[in-house]
Amino acid sequence: MSAVPGTSLESHLRGRLEDKPLLLMTHLVVGYPSLEANWTMLEAMDAAGVDLVELQLPFSEPIADGPAFVKANHDAIEAGMGWEVYFDFAARAAARFSFPIVFMGYYNSVFQMGAQRYCARLAEAGMKGFILPDLPLEEASQLTALAREHDLSPVFIMSPTNSQERLNEIGRQASGFVYCTARRGVTGRKTDLSQGVAEFMQRCRTATPVPLGLGFGIRTAADVRNVRGLADIAIVGTAGLDAWQELGEEGYRLFMKGLVAETC
Amino acid sequence: MPEVLHETLAELRDAFDDARRDPSFWNSYVALMANYAGRPTPVTYCDNLTRRFGGARIYVKREDLNHTGAHKANNVMGQGLLVQRMGKRRVIAETGAGQHGVATATMAARLGLECTIYMGAEDVERQHPNVFWMRQLGAEVVAVTDGTRTLKDAINAALRDWADSMADTHYVLGTVCGPHPFPELVTYFQTIIGYEARRQMLEVAGTLPSRVYACVGGGSNASGIFTGFLDDPAVELVGVEAAGKGIATGQHAARLAGGQGRTGVAQGYKTVFLQNEEGLMRDTHSVAAGLDYIGVGPMLAHLHQQGRVRFESATDAEVVDALRVTMRSEGIIPALESAHAFAGAFREASGLSSDDTILINQSGRGDKDIFTVADALGDEGWVDFIRHKAEGYAR
Repeated sequence: MSAVPGTSLESHLRGRLEDKPLLLMTHLVVGYPSLEANWTMLEAMDAAGVDLVELQLPFSEPIADGPAFVKANHDAIEAGMGWEVYFDFAARAAARFSFPIVFMGYYNSVFQMGAQRYCARLAEAGMKGFILPDLPLEEASQLTALAREHDLSPVFIMSPTNSQERLNEIGRQASGFVYCTARRGVTGRKTDLSQGVAEFMQRCRTATPVPLGLGFGIRTAADVRNVRGLADIAIVGTAGLDAWQELGEEGYRLFMKGLVAETC
Repeated sequence: MPEVLHETLAELRDAFDDARRDPSFWNSYVALMANYAGRPTPVTYCDNLTRRFGGARIYVKREDLNHTGAHKANNVMGQGLLVQRMGKRRVIAETGAGQHGVATATMAARLGLECTIYMGAEDVERQHPNVFWMRQLGAEVVAVTDGTRTLKDAINAALRDWADSMADTHYVLGTVCGPHPFPELVTYFQTIIGYEARRQMLEVAGTLPSRVYACVGGGSNASGIFTGFLDDPAVELVGVEAAGKGIATGQHAARLAGGQGRTGVAQGYKTVFLQNEEGLMRDTHSVAAGLDYIGVGPMLAHLHQQGRVRFESATDAEVVDALRVTMRSEGIIPALESAHAFAGAFREASGLSSDDTILINQSGRGDKDIFTVADALGDEGWVDFIRHKAEGYAR
């Protein structure tokens, strides 16, 4: 079984995986708490050696997100966050930092922009792929085809509730990497990685040869350590935002370093 | 739709398809609605309204007489039967005006299911009597404080619950929106309104209606009554949306009638939404909490596009007038949502001849709106009563 021909994102990740056993992807909601804070977060991620970053474009109905990101989305919109600001920020980040950047957001933004224009704007901004948690595979074919023309990887999601047949179907379309959610539900809540996650990751592994990311409830350095051997990429989202808010700028830097230390 | 719900939606599709293929299922549903909910609800000829407007003869389909006081029970009891077939033990639902929440809490009590209702915090304030009844019926009511704190935010909260709880929980979506199969499934159960109404019009009026009016929030009562007449091309179907403070003010919930809606994809489905050019959903407004919503059933949007359903809108002020007239003329108290359909019909009745008949779907009763209506009518007696009551509690 072979997946979609390798994209530059996938080759990049494979290259990194030759040097270390696990990669780290971190996340931020662009515009929350502010663009200045976002830039400082990116500098901290870069200094710590984060491997991959997702930049979320705020949406008014973020149904896959938990309370912390829901608030972040709504507050960023309230503060006037829009496409121009987002892509300007993403382009500056892609030019300044060495880690690849992927888009994260909801499908209505893509639908309103138009798939062609959306892919062009991502590529122009120097982004490498996109995660659209509310776009099912069967609705994605046109966008996926356009993405390939722009060397963008559509990152699909695998869930523990999926049948093996469904995982295989997703696996056949996968590119870049797959975002495996460690549990049911939405972002932000702690996950007990000893509860069936290894078996789920095994099912994902048989479904696709592309690198596997594991997210949802990966909150601490210890959690990242536990992802070793389970997945290729540990994904930390909400915990990063919590660290920023609870620990401040310096604490955030240390938090990022602590996470990255467990990947080497 | 998030991938985590893929198999759950497939399970629901299968259960629904099995039920539809089972010839006894529809009959068991109709029997349940007869002995528990009081169906069929009548069609009432309104002679006083007819004479007042001096045009078409006016008939009203009385969903206000359905158990729990609105058409919502039709969908809810039907989904309750599916829950039993799927063997789940808990139900969740969103609610705007609270009618769907009360209906769901009622069904859960009757069928012995746990029940959680998500309701926008703003709606909890507007519709507290319904919150009271949901809790009395044994449901947990969660006030949703995200976003605009109305129906759309309650739907998001219910979807988030379901993304975690689907193994033993069914989401009783209250309207003809959301991911497949909900638009089709909810329409299927609400079609009981249209089937009854068509037969009753032939019996009571001796003819099919020239026009059928229904208010449209998500669109479940409209889908239900319109479906009964879809194959009768001479019957004009009119959906009435909430123009709120006026379409020009931007404070409304008219997706189709105002021409301000745009096609988009959110909350698991594609339809016409009130959104800005970057796809962010707009704030909506209506005096009727049940119409205060960003999207409209995809099948209704399609019928609009095809020209089969005409869409109009009515402002808060027109709606309160229509409510007042209906109460005084006929002793019927429509819900503020339903009063939109009355307002739309009243505007057009005098332009028709006495050979014409019009049918208004009264989707629910207005008792629940006592606080909002009392405010809209500026009723001082009511204000005095509340003041005295509050003083009594303060003592």
